[in-house]
Amino acid sequence: MTLPPEAGAEAEAAIPEAVLAGAGPTEGRSLGQIAWMRLKRDKVALAGGVFLIFLILVAIFAPLIVKYLGYPPNEFHQELIDTAGGTLEPIGRFGGMSWDHLMGVEPVNGRDIFSRIVYGSRISLLIAFLATLVSVTIGTTLGIISGFLGGWTDTFTSRLMDVFLAFPLLVLAIALAGVFPDQAFGLQGNQLRIALLIFIIGFFNWPYIGRIIRGQTLSLREREFVESAKSIGARRGYILRTEMLPNLIAPILVYSTLLIPTNILFEAALSFLGVGVRPPTPSWGGMLSDAVVYYTQPHFMFWPGMAIFVTVLAFNLFGDGLRDALDPRANR
Amino acid sequence: MNHSRSWRVRSLAAVGVSAALVLAACGGGGGETGSQQGSSNQSSQAAFDAASAGIVNPSDKKGGTLKFANSGDWDSLDPGETYYQYSWNFARLYGRALMMAKSAPGKEGAQVTPDLAEAPGQSSDNAKTWTYKIRKGVKFDDGTEVTSADVKYAVLRSTDKQTFPNGPAYWDALLDLPSGYKGPYKTPNMNTDSAIETPDEYTIVFHMKQPFAAFDYLAQQPDTMPVPKAKDTGAKYRNSIVSTGPYKFADLQPGKSFNLVRNDQWDPATDPNRKALPDRIEVSLNVNADDIDNRIIAGDLDIDVAGTGVQPAAQARVLQDPNLKANADNPLSIRLWYTSIAPTVAPLDNIDCRKAIQYAMDRTGYQTAYGGQFAGGDLATTLLPPTIPGHTDFDLYPNGQDHKGDLDAAKKSLEACGQPNGFETNIGYRAERPKEKATAEAFQQALSRVGITVTLKPFPQGDYFAQYCGLPPYVVKNKLGLCVNGWAADWPDGFGFLSQITDSRVIRETGGSSNISVRIPEVDQMLDKALTELDTNKRNQMWGEIDKRVMEDAVVYPGVYAKALLVRSKNATNIFVSDAQSMYDYVGLGAQK
Repeated sequence: MTLPPEAGAEAEAAIPEAVLAGAGPTEGRSLGQIAWMRLKRDKVALAGGVFLIFLILVAIFAPLIVKYLGYPPNEFHQELIDTAGGTLEPIGRFGGMSWDHLMGVEPVNGRDIFSRIVYGSRISLLIAFLATLVSVTIGTTLGIISGFLGGWTDTFTSRLMDVFLAFPLLVLAIALAGVFPDQAFGLQGNQLRIALLIFIIGFFNWPYIGRIIRGQTLSLREREFVESAKSIGARRGYILRTEMLPNLIAPILVYSTLLIPTNILFEAALSFLGVGVRPPTPSWGGMLSDAVVYYTQPHFMFWPGMAIFVTVLAFNLFGDGLRDALDPRANR
Repeated sequence: MNHSRSWRVRSLAAVGVSAALVLAACGGGGGETGSQQGSSNQSSQAAFDAASAGIVNPSDKKGGTLKFANSGDWDSLDPGETYYQYSWNFARLYGRALMMAKSAPGKEGAQVTPDLAEAPGQSSDNAKTWTYKIRKGVKFDDGTEVTSADVKYAVLRSTDKQTFPNGPAYWDALLDLPSGYKGPYKTPNMNTDSAIETPDEYTIVFHMKQPFAAFDYLAQQPDTMPVPKAKDTGAKYRNSIVSTGPYKFADLQPGKSFNLVRNDQWDPATDPNRKALPDRIEVSLNVNADDIDNRIIAGDLDIDVAGTGVQPAAQARVLQDPNLKANADNPLSIRLWYTSIAPTVAPLDNIDCRKAIQYAMDRTGYQTAYGGQFAGGDLATTLLPPTIPGHTDFDLYPNGQDHKGDLDAAKKSLEACGQPNGFETNIGYRAERPKEKATAEAFQQALSRVGITVTLKPFPQGDYFAQYCGLPPYVVKNKLGLCVNGWAADWPDGFGFLSQITDSRVIRETGGSSNISVRIPEVDQMLDKALTELDTNKRNQMWGEIDKRVMEDAVVYPGVYAKALLVRSKNATNIFVSDAQSMYDYVGLGAQK
């Protein structure tokens, strides 16, 4: 559940080339414009994209949203819990759903689930985005160098990727997060946990994108425009920056978008296993983990599960659409 | 369960003698009843918690089959190495120790009564030497008569902790064994008369290193159940136990199931304590816990052996259905869930700051964290649970009518402490335990009302005492002002309950302390004094005084006296809960069919 997609494993997609037809005057359109046009036609991907923007806004404005529609995420509402009967379930139908508590309340302590979901999005997105950034930075750098230089550099980097890919990542993550002290590198508590999660998830996922970039670089390096740049004496650094990188933007963008949801799932899995952020800070995986004991209270599991599901789906739909739009050669 | 047991054993091994006395925190422990047993021994109608108050479906009818199930497996069926409360309860069906917990409802069940012995132990040498006469005519299931040598052998073999790692460790700590003694397997020829003498076939004399006034409680442990040396197979004996009780083993399939059938060598004339009603007891092992609950409710199964209560799914079902609820019991156990307040961590070194926590905490929040009034337990204001003799009701820090905290008193205490705006501290808990997590969150919420900011610190439970809350320098360095904790006694006795959590001499600077926060020299002296007091009533009174003295220092926040929600069998008769077992008394049960 936690492994990023193998490069090119899903080779679907792409809007037929009909895009170009019927699109009015044929004068100069940049690649970006063409891609944007294709993307606009892919309503599913667009919906995914819109949802993602919405989600990011929710995460950014969480305190404001919760102020008007919820309660402080860690506040107890035990008056809404059936303590008299001893079941400790929320009073009322569907887990105590009401206009006050839009998604009901948690059993036992009565915390507002809506507020926790909203705040949980911050943790999920923050960790997923930053971890992806780490992976992409390392993966792109090493991928380009490896593919462009070739030789022993390539051999070494490729073997390094193999080693990383063979790592039992989940086991390593659990062990690392379990033994890490409470204070390190000038950070402590939850800051340290978040930094640690970003590092674990980001650092060990780079080979997936690294391999793709290496493959792309290998084919680009033999192309005529590179040859010609070489022949007129351009230096390596110049070629890398101005000839290669712009041509790699598309795969980088696509795989970043597809890496984010796997990272969200991975973060949720780690929180579920108890090595994520520290309670009572809400996170979706942690909420799921809390809910397992109360499987007679489906609402408790439904909302965080739904949040993860919808977010991951939106990222994947958007990522697929983006790939189709940017890669005219891929066929549906 | 398991976890707590293992640390208990570990802590024992390392502790000195006086410390060794009691252990606790056993996992299997369930609860018992204490408060509402005015009418013990009277039969009761089927009503909620009726078996805690008296006998449900009293019967003398012999015959029938009882079906037990265990969601796990025994640590060991060998009486010499078993340490779960339910196992001690169950072992009385197939073995006879010198003394036994009385098979009687409620408080009467907390007493110990002679079983293999003719009478309670006779002490001499200032409670250091204890003598028992054993009954004549008691036989093993192969027909040979039990002698005092068999009891001595059983006790000695149980001290071999390499062969029997699971059992309690009292004997090796307390008996005056020769140095270098490693049990009858490794040191078979060593003379052990300095520890246990058998002057004749029916007399056994124990010599202790220190006074131990409540010796009869030790003598009721299953490790005094006789073992015939000729048939002992060491660690494998658990699969071929020779019975002395009314039942013996049949069709034992390790890890799967076994049956108990009548032992024809058992003579009721030698045994005033057991009715031995059912003909047969069938036990299944490793059965899904939710499945057990459902089958008991449906009537396919009679008893969940572990006796710790139903799972959350069945709990909601039972509590919501009046018919099911009328057939459930809710006994109180000999366990307290509490939180230590460390006087070594500033500003909690000031008693008023500790009092502020006592006043500000929402006790009902603590109760809810542990599962509410039925599955969790009763609100606690003392260390000793009501089921332990010596318990007195007192509440030094009343926290309001609704027990949700007395914020005014808390603020006054904060002012007296010089921290009128509150302070910051941390709370440690075992990450694997959702109830402790909920408790820590409840502390955070409740204390924030008076400005005390609490940060949660989850720790792995395996090292909780060795490296975190039980390691005093770590507590100080990391400002662990609060540590969520729990404790249960091996038997309903004040010493058993208090010594390991209130004696400051058991605090180990190198880690592994079960006592996290109580450092009161006066309490140490009170414990020593009580240990030599032979008068049971006076002794019990002394436990109550220690309890109060500890609470005066506000170093412990008592949360709940644990309770268990048990579903009563449809087929069983003579159902009752005894204070010593905190669950159904398995010796008393009968069967309709």
